[in-house]
Amino acid sequence: MNRREFLKTASATAVAAGSGIAAPAIFSPARADARSETLLIVSESGPNNLDIQGVGTNVPGYEVSWNCYDRLISHEMKTGDNGIPYYDRAKFKPELAEDMAVGDMSATFKLRKDATFQDGAPVTAADVKWSLDRAVTVGGFPTFQMKAGSLEKPEQFVVVDDHTVRIDFLRKDRLTVPDLAVIVPGILNSGLVKKNATDADPWGLEYTKQNTAGSGAYKVTKWTAGTEVVLERNEDWKGGPLPKIRRVIWRMVPQAGNRRALLERGDADLSYDLPTKDFAEMKAAGKLSLVSTPYSNGIQYIGMNVTKPPFDNPKVRQAVAYAIPYQKIIDAVMFGLAKPMFGAPADSATQVAWPQPHKFNTDMAKAKALLTEAGFPDGFETTLSFDLGFAGVNEPLCILVQESLGQIGIKATINKIPGANWRTELNKKEMPLYTNVFSGWLDYPEYFFFWCYHGQNSVFNTMSYKSPAMDALIEGARTAAANGDMASYDTDVKGFVDLAFTDIPRIPLYQPYVNVAMQPRVSGYQYWFHRRLDYRSLVKA
Amino acid sequence: MLTQLTKRLATAIPSLIGVIIVTFLLTRVLPGDTAAYFAGPAASAEAIEEIRVKLGLDKPLYEQFVDYIGALFSGDLGVSLTTGQPVIEDIITRLPASAELTLFGLVVAMLIAVPLGIVAAVKQGSWIDHACRIVATAGVSLPVFFTGLLLVYVFYFILGWAPAPLGRLDVFFSAPEPITGFLLIDTLLVGDLETFWAALAQLAVPAATLAIFALAPITRMTRASMLSVLSSEFVRTARASGLSPYKVVVTYAFRNAMLPVITTLGMVFSFLLGANVLVEKVFAWPGIGSYAVEALIASDFAPVQGFVLAMAILYVLLNLLIDLLYGVIDPRVRMEG
Repeated sequence: MNRREFLKTASATAVAAGSGIAAPAIFSPARADARSETLLIVSESGPNNLDIQGVGTNVPGYEVSWNCYDRLISHEMKTGDNGIPYYDRAKFKPELAEDMAVGDMSATFKLRKDATFQDGAPVTAADVKWSLDRAVTVGGFPTFQMKAGSLEKPEQFVVVDDHTVRIDFLRKDRLTVPDLAVIVPGILNSGLVKKNATDADPWGLEYTKQNTAGSGAYKVTKWTAGTEVVLERNEDWKGGPLPKIRRVIWRMVPQAGNRRALLERGDADLSYDLPTKDFAEMKAAGKLSLVSTPYSNGIQYIGMNVTKPPFDNPKVRQAVAYAIPYQKIIDAVMFGLAKPMFGAPADSATQVAWPQPHKFNTDMAKAKALLTEAGFPDGFETTLSFDLGFAGVNEPLCILVQESLGQIGIKATINKIPGANWRTELNKKEMPLYTNVFSGWLDYPEYFFFWCYHGQNSVFNTMSYKSPAMDALIEGARTAAANGDMASYDTDVKGFVDLAFTDIPRIPLYQPYVNVAMQPRVSGYQYWFHRRLDYRSLVKA
Repeated sequence: MLTQLTKRLATAIPSLIGVIIVTFLLTRVLPGDTAAYFAGPAASAEAIEEIRVKLGLDKPLYEQFVDYIGALFSGDLGVSLTTGQPVIEDIITRLPASAELTLFGLVVAMLIAVPLGIVAAVKQGSWIDHACRIVATAGVSLPVFFTGLLLVYVFYFILGWAPAPLGRLDVFFSAPEPITGFLLIDTLLVGDLETFWAALAQLAVPAATLAIFALAPITRMTRASMLSVLSSEFVRTARASGLSPYKVVVTYAFRNAMLPVITTLGMVFSFLLGANVLVEKVFAWPGIGSYAVEALIASDFAPVQGFVLAMAILYVLLNLLIDLLYGVIDPRVRMEG
């Protein structure tokens, strides 16, 4: 082969390869039609189970459950602070129940007579009872979440007739009704699931892991774990107006840069877990429709283990609270996309609300003075831990905190904990200093405080904080709320917020934002307490 | 031939046993608690302990090992926590995706690298030899994920020639029922040309990424091997006998230069399987590499063990194939074997 011949073949190869690359993605007009009725969502990770009541279901799995199952009731919408529809904590609307009558010690639900499951079977009171029994029996997260609303025993769920269910209250609890509108108590097709259950698996968890068996607006028609989920609209849905989106294709794209490229090129319709920096840049570019909403009842915080020195000393904790570079964190880590939870004016009154900002600010002189007063004029050594699973935020945040603490003599060694191990480490309650996020589905101050500050010492009370005064205030607020005694409720809520800020076992930093990026042709996004997407309201023009 | 095959297979068994033991031990020393993961975000210590017992993780290590081996013989590799599927099914659905990508990349690399290496050796010191050196240097010095991101940026984001990096098929195409698991072959078997072209378009950029990575070693080895053969006695004799340069280079020299090239190909193939991990991440390719990485990050034992085992078996089979190829190319090897 001489040079000329070689060149000829080489360029021929290049042309062939080039045409392969250049092959356009769309060939037929039929596919263009399919595109307009299909929503393409890209996200980092996908579900590992299609049933929220399953064992170890991850958060993307919640999204499937929310869209494929109906609950007895759901929430009305109101307009949020950013003009985006936001679920109304106080107002409920029917989903499977067409009527709800809440009595003193029970609530009665009349079911829609026309509602059917996706296989055509009618939705009956027996299905409702079976599903609620299942939620309080299977254990793990679903049972825990039901308990949060005092829903604990199968005996509480009574079939009155084919289309009427009564839920008896174990005790008066303001959270019982709201807890029926969270993701967990979705109603399953009991006949279908029982048919697929085995002696070893009486609740059919293996079946619902792979198949959706509900009466919801969507059903999963294809699921390739780790790759994609395809959902089709249920044409017979009775729980509300028929959704506009016929088909949802949810693809997993691990590379954040590619997710952004897909959005910017207009190939993907929606993505919601981009790094804050990308999001801030895309917001500045203004080509896409971007929505940021603060997490309801959620806070990123710095926690301290109060059972061991030196953090058992409130003065040390206050010193740390004065040494946090709050504003730098908002600017450099969150690129402004977070709601500050610090620096309230010194004379401002405590609100009956949560989250609300505390009065600490970055004040190194005060921090140093408090530390000296506490008996550590030269500071001390400790470790600052974070979850590597969220390194994008946690790592720069911890570096800023470490640098700032160094100025008052606290030498903090950064301890990066792999995502898989984070929960184990939190459960041990041995980390002296760490950053973490907690957010509760039920947006009530007493709910947050019961899990995070109460002496029952749940896994979310990561500081092991125990105070009889705090417990009395939290319990007082819960009782007052259940009995509708709003005057003592307000006093108790203000009381526990004040105590949490004086004792400061955990230092709130900011409310993170849920950032959703959409093509301008996509509208109808709604914010929900679970922070996942509700496909039912989305529209693609 | 048959005895050689049996002998070679027999020697592979100890290595497989070793792989099984080492991965079992390694996954147990990884940080992360499977039971805590399974128990969910709100689990109490008792709930975690209950799940630990259910999963058999409370047993002593040797008992767990016996359980693992027992399950292995019945074809049960356990269940993945991250995908929620049995590992064996995950591997069966994902391995063809990786294999298709790797083989396609390797074939493209070979088609470019082998002729390039030969020409570089024949025309030593010419511009094509220098070009060959540049290609080789560029190939080894560019990390695959970088090449991948760069190609996506140029061909998808800027030029818009390549389809979106969304895995094996554009979302609006549906893959045919798997026959071989190789999309390019399956679509042709069912006669769906449209999907074939779509699959090829998706494959082009990731395969090019791998091909760039694989070019360097193959080109260099072909060139070096050809050079040593070209300077040997029998080539000089052949030339002196007046045979055409084409016959000398292709029939005599290249056939003899092939052995080291084949060895290199085997090595490159196994490197590519490793490089795949990053390429799959970049292109959202539903292959086995990205699967293993996700499992590793989540301390998900079963898929990691399954992955290592699958790779070990693949590697053993590959080496076997290469040994047999040696025999075909050079009968002397066969006689010694």
